[in-house]
Amino acid sequence: MNIFDIIGPVMIGPSSSHTAGAVRLGRVASKLISGRRLRRVEITLSGSFAQTYKGHGTDRALMAGIMGYHSYSPEIRSALEIARDRGIDYIFLKKNIKGAHPNTALIHYFTEDGAEGSMQGASVGGGNILVNRINGMEVHFNGENNTIIVMHQDKPGVIAAVTNMMHWQYADLNISSFYLSRESRGGNSIMTIEVDSLPPEDLMTKILEIDHVTNAILVRRL
Amino acid sequence: MLKYDSIDELVRAAQAQGLPISELVLLDQAEAMELTPLEVYEKMELDLHVMRESVKAGSAEGQRSMSGLTGGEGYRMNSYVQSRGGGLCGPFLGRAMAMALSVAGCNASMGRIVAAPTAGSCGILPGCLVSLLEEGRITEDVAVRAMFTAGAFGMVIASRASIAGAQGGCQAECGSAAAMAAAALVEVMGGTPAQCADACAIAIASQLGVVCDPVAGLVEIPCIKRNVSGLMVAFSSADMALAGIEAKIPADECIDAMREVGDALPDTLKETARGGLAATPTGLRLRDQVFGAGA
Repeated sequence: MNIFDIIGPVMIGPSSSHTAGAVRLGRVASKLISGRRLRRVEITLSGSFAQTYKGHGTDRALMAGIMGYHSYSPEIRSALEIARDRGIDYIFLKKNIKGAHPNTALIHYFTEDGAEGSMQGASVGGGNILVNRINGMEVHFNGENNTIIVMHQDKPGVIAAVTNMMHWQYADLNISSFYLSRESRGGNSIMTIEVDSLPPEDLMTKILEIDHVTNAILVRRL
Repeated sequence: MLKYDSIDELVRAAQAQGLPISELVLLDQAEAMELTPLEVYEKMELDLHVMRESVKAGSAEGQRSMSGLTGGEGYRMNSYVQSRGGGLCGPFLGRAMAMALSVAGCNASMGRIVAAPTAGSCGILPGCLVSLLEEGRITEDVAVRAMFTAGAFGMVIASRASIAGAQGGCQAECGSAAAMAAAALVEVMGGTPAQCADACAIAIASQLGVVCDPVAGLVEIPCIKRNVSGLMVAFSSADMALAGIEAKIPADECIDAMREVGDALPDTLKETARGGLAATPTGLRLRDQVFGAGA
């Protein structure tokens, strides 16, 4: 905790959990979308998000984040209009996700180039978030550290290849947390790697060059 | 480096180094964040700038909340203060109240604010500091520095108790904001670090047990008006401390009591909109008006 966690953040109101946290959840999805043009977004709201999203502008906040805006961007107010102008087809669904935190959103996106993906996370208070799932697979990170998401096939040696490369090429880069999740043996898998400092820009490109890695995304400290 | 888990420690450190709490905290935070003191100062200066902007934005005549339940409170208060020679509390406090209402209203209308410590309690600190600033009673530099004092007290409250309504009730949000602002006010008026702690303790003691019961779960009713209550408690607590009236229960113990009271509050009174004002017949009717019956 530092002084700007108390005097701050600068944010668009009205609620740190239902507005600012919702923008941050959307921003994680925007990282996964990685600049591709969006065609359609389906957002499932669970618990308190489902009950009160209109009054808190949670819908606008999520869409703003998905389009890459920040929790202090005035564009949040008109995010739904901006999405319509960009030709993004969006829908909000209310459904209780079993066992999920009360402020949970599941964002399912479809891009114009035919890709799709999903992200589920919760706004846990004070603008803080917890990301629970990516593409249906379990993950655990809160955006307080720089986080590298590596999507890969579950094959022997992939983890060693990624972490060894990180160590040999970037000796100063220290891993503070590592989490692995897979759909099935030999199937789609995700590594969540949190690091202490901001990784060099070419790290993602180098991870992508490793066999069986399908995608590498950096979620910078929010 | 400071640990920010005790007001007493903060006061002692300031006394030992012969510094105001703001200066001690500014230097400490620069070190902790690996920034220069000037960089940290400029970040805080930006926060003060946003606060002044939200005072302005929220005082517009047509200001309305997203839900339509509230709006125009800052404008009404300003008009009243101007036309009635300041009203009961006098022009200065009247304007300060209008500022707290304006910032809280700005928040409710999806305007830009500084959470201090939360969005729900964002009107209290600007109401206290921007009012003095615009009255010419303090300089911008003094206001920026005072925000470090406020933040330091807030950090201790957050670590010993909570600043979230969902965890501790409104005492944790508007109560914490008032305690932070009270300490800051004492410092800008030339009080000692010990008097800052007294003001913090008195402000917390004054709001112990206030519940978080937002109508329809929205940060509007009663949140906007509770920002004014918090502001009044901040000014009165600071004045008491500056008058030499000591807090009989030390600030750290007041914070611990706030935590204990927050833990003892039932969930219905902790931001769930299931108790207090939210569960009154009118509160329920307003909820239905916004979200439709059966929401």
